[in-house]
Amino acid sequence: MVRHVIAPVEELPPGTRKFLTIDERPIAIFNIKGEFFGLLNRCPHQGAALCEGPLIGLAQSSDPGEIEYTKLGEIIRCPWHGWEFDIRTGQSYCDPRRFRARAYPVNVEPGSAVVKGPYVAETLAVSVESDYVVVDL
Amino acid sequence: MNVQFRPEPSASVSVKTAIADCDIHPARATKDELYPFMAKRWHAHLETYGIQAYHGMMEGPPYPKAQPNASRRDAWPPEGGPQGSSLSFMQKQLLDPYNVALGVLNPLASGQGLRNQDFAGALCVAINDWQIEKWTSKDTRLKASIVVPTEDGAAAAAEIRRRAGDKNFVQVLLLSRNVEPLGQRRYWPIYEAAQEIGLPVGVHAFGFGGNPLTPSGWPSFYIEEMVGHAQCQQTVLASLVLEGVFERYPKLKMVMIEAGFGWAPSLGWRLDKNFERLHSEVPHLKRKPSEYIRDHVWWTTQPMEDPERREHLFQVIEWIGWDKLLFATDYPHWDFDEPSRVLPAGVSDANREAFYLGNAKKLYGIS
Ligand code: FES
Repeated sequence: MVRHVIAPVEELPPGTRKFLTIDERPIAIFNIKGEFFGLLNRCPHQGAALCEGPLIGLAQSSDPGEIEYTKLGEIIRCPWHGWEFDIRTGQSYCDPRRFRARAYPVNVEPGSAVVKGPYVAETLAVSVESDYVVVDL
Repeated sequence: MNVQFRPEPSASVSVKTAIADCDIHPARATKDELYPFMAKRWHAHLETYGIQAYHGMMEGPPYPKAQPNASRRDAWPPEGGPQGSSLSFMQKQLLDPYNVALGVLNPLASGQGLRNQDFAGALCVAINDWQIEKWTSKDTRLKASIVVPTEDGAAAAAEIRRRAGDKNFVQVLLLSRNVEPLGQRRYWPIYEAAQEIGLPVGVHAFGFGGNPLTPSGWPSFYIEEMVGHAQCQQTVLASLVLEGVFERYPKLKMVMIEAGFGWAPSLGWRLDKNFERLHSEVPHLKRKPSEYIRDHVWWTTQPMEDPERREHLFQVIEWIGWDKLLFATDYPHWDFDEPSRVLPAGVSDANREAFYLGNAKKLYGIS
């Protein structure tokens, strides 16, 4: 597993996402209310750029007429056919056993740790003052 | 708020061998984009009265759509305007990466099915002129469908004949939901003119005929509309066969667009079985209903049938004929079919080539 530095934390405020290519893989990193998540930006269904879809919640129903809307902002809906995936885990809701989006762990690390480590910095000068978003591939 | 950094639009996979895309939906970038092709009288009409379809005092389609303009969310052109309204973006997102050698344009919001027949006619003529001006003259891969004011058979036939011999056009386009089932006599002038000028007639799902989508009324959900198109198209096809349209116009070719094809065998079987007992009611039919269907009907693939077992798909296609399927993506709509992902393995090279390109070139007369 190789760790990649993505951006200083200030560059990815809550509610935003960043697209990048690492080792020829299209990746998207999300900041949801201060938590960071990474997903392969390719839908397992027909290959759309999955992470361009809207972030929605999950509508579930125990009985007809009873609707629960949870996980608000944590479900990504594919821009093509609307399949839904949990950005925390990549789990799909249309067919969880057959399809899942590839999820990558994302962490925030202090600059001092980042410059010392064997990490590959992506297109940005690493400075030690701030914290960095780091993804494990 | 959602998208902060947008990546370059691209196709996920690039396709090496050339394909035909038999269902592409071009859109107007602005409302007045058609004005150069319409008399001033109609500009004023549009601005004063708007557009009235048969389904009531509202604009737009009668069911909600899952995504804005029922389109892919990555298909907004960078220069603005709705999805499908930019040629350069369509080239970049669809035609170039998927190696589309032939793209058939099917404009949907077209003036077909408006209550004011003169206005419907004027809009259809304008859209046909606009297709040449904005699309087919700018990219020779694209070919247009002649849209016609369906409920006015004489005006529709006149518009078809007006385009005779014009290489920009490869088919006549109707929608499936009309005031009456499409085999009825009021629509025969359309088939007569199409046969005369040698173009197939496409019937695309949707329409504005005012009737509920289903025979049991207006359903609640968009998902019911999505599957209802297949039922509606079955009615259309049964009507075309049983009213004797194919008997009367023996050279007529029809294309069923965007309503699936998995139901074709069962419709054929059911019609044949009833015909054995009831042929005295329709003595103008000289052959079994299924024979008309298999000889006269082509099918676009999107939304591609996706049974659990691929043998079932192949069995259906065998009934229809590998020479009758036309690949389509439905770009820019949200239920887009990605060309490299729709056909399972196990298809011979010859059938694969026919499916993706050969059948379309033959039907539409593209060398
Ligand atoms: S490509 Fe994502 S749902 Fe189909």
